[in-house]
Amino acid sequence: MPDAALSRAFTAAESAAIRGDFAILSRTVRGGKPLVYLDSGATSHKPRQVLDAERAFYEQHNSAVHRGAHQLAEEATDAYESARATVARFIGAQTEEVVFTKNATEGLNLVAYAFSNAAAAGAMDGVDARVAARFALGVGDEIVITEMEHHANLVPWQELARRTGATLRWIGITDDGRLELDDLDTVITDRTKIVAFTHVSNVLGTINPVAAIVDRARAVGALTVMDACQSVPHLAVDVVDLGVDFLAFSGHKMFGPMGIGVLWGRYELLKAMPPFLTGGSMIEVVHMEGSTYAAPPQRFEAGVPMAAQAVGLAAACDYLSALGMPRVTAHEHALTEALLAGLAQRPWVRVIGPADGKDRGGAVAFAVDGVHPHDVGQILDDSGVAVRTGHHCAWPLHRRMNLTATTRASFAAYNTVAEVDALLMALDRVPAVFGVAV
Amino acid sequence: MNLYQEIILEHAKRPHHAGLRDPFDAQVHHINPTCGDEVTLRVHLVGEDGSAMITDLSYDAVGCSISIASTSVLADEVIGHSVEDALTSFSAMRRMLTSKGLDPGDEDEIGDGVAFVGVSKYPARIKCALLGWSAFTDALAQAGVDITRYAVRSNTVTRNTPEIT
Repeated sequence: MPDAALSRAFTAAESAAIRGDFAILSRTVRGGKPLVYLDSGATSHKPRQVLDAERAFYEQHNSAVHRGAHQLAEEATDAYESARATVARFIGAQTEEVVFTKNATEGLNLVAYAFSNAAAAGAMDGVDARVAARFALGVGDEIVITEMEHHANLVPWQELARRTGATLRWIGITDDGRLELDDLDTVITDRTKIVAFTHVSNVLGTINPVAAIVDRARAVGALTVMDACQSVPHLAVDVVDLGVDFLAFSGHKMFGPMGIGVLWGRYELLKAMPPFLTGGSMIEVVHMEGSTYAAPPQRFEAGVPMAAQAVGLAAACDYLSALGMPRVTAHEHALTEALLAGLAQRPWVRVIGPADGKDRGGAVAFAVDGVHPHDVGQILDDSGVAVRTGHHCAWPLHRRMNLTATTRASFAAYNTVAEVDALLMALDRVPAVFGVAV
Repeated sequence: MNLYQEIILEHAKRPHHAGLRDPFDAQVHHINPTCGDEVTLRVHLVGEDGSAMITDLSYDAVGCSISIASTSVLADEVIGHSVEDALTSFSAMRRMLTSKGLDPGDEDEIGDGVAFVGVSKYPARIKCALLGWSAFTDALAQAGVDITRYAVRSNTVTRNTPEIT
């Protein structure tokens, strides 16, 4: 294929084929209306290939991973570890740097707890002093986040600050929903130990300037933690290119199963970190008096792991790779541009976030003058259009924008321009129902 | 859809008895953590316990049309009534809202509240319709009324429910 073909939206025929892989997209809702699913930012649907992979695991290889001497145990372990390798390849990582968690939230908490657990007596014994120092957090140290974070990348850092005495600071956002880059040099200082930020905002759609943030964090010796929930499903992500130290994402937003997420971390750091959850599987030697722990990633995977979900997530990575991430990005970008253009023609709708498609992902949040988002969402739902309403787990962001809530449409590779039109048509019902002048 | 009956939209646009007033015996602040909707609500009682008269219910609410309208109906239904009658109305309202459409509601008990019968078919909106009413029962309790005597359980109180991502 010529280069241009690698980065263009899907053709009608290709879209139809993709949609054919997602059985749920052909169902109807609310009395026979075709489902128009524009809530993939909350969770995506799962293609047949992912469901088949999970079913095949259970039907042919089901066993407890890393236990047992029988053939099924071997096969299950192989399936689980092969899934890890596939996921690692998908994000440009080394296999042993990929930790399976139950979701992105757990991955972010795992990192946050590494800092406070590092303060326990003996927790960092044997760790290179230079690396250990990076996890030492206390009074006078600062944790930097941004005002656009999802609660999952906000509350764990508030709690870490509370446990350690460190101070939480944040980078502000502009009225059009971009980070206040002027804040970088003033908020990220020599006191900063952690900079945690989202790659792509789940509300605003903003794609953040990773290089600028990482450069500043490196200059002051802070570790970087990226929430990649809204980027890994939609953009080609390479952890080495990004230059961050940790990155977390969930499987269920990228066509994978619920109940699995990924924490990626640079191995040198993972190796230094004390465990988060403890128990079976994550140990090296256990005595009644105390225990030593396995090397990463096993150190962070206590208990029988979610092997079927890992296999399903690997199938989701393969599915996205087969579509081609540049094409997924281009396709969703075209949908985003179409929606932004349609909303711009409706002066009674205000987009919250960048008004054009530049450096923007496919989450489009908006407010309808004089109508509460719950009511907007209800009318859309009545037309078969599924969107998210509320604060989307980003309450401080909404407060910053002087809103309590918004309506959000978000895209995945299976959406079409016809669905954007369906959303706009349904939206046009809203002013009349609530007696708002347009 | 039969959710947004005209009477609901009327209440939402011009909520009755809105605004915070003095005097009051208790003030509560309830939120719906899923959407950030909030209500601050005051009650003023004269008399003791069940036979006490609700002489005023005032509120400041930010929310969707369902929650605003339902709080407006609440004020209509309880101001000038005894605590006992008001809690009977609460129970009737909640019974209808959680009936999945089976209970049409009784206008004698909940007045304009019967317009909310459509809400019972949309589970995600029941919390919206109960936000003000839950705040009201909490305010009564804080004003010293033993609401447990009237079989009012706090399972619909939204204040302490966990965040939903």
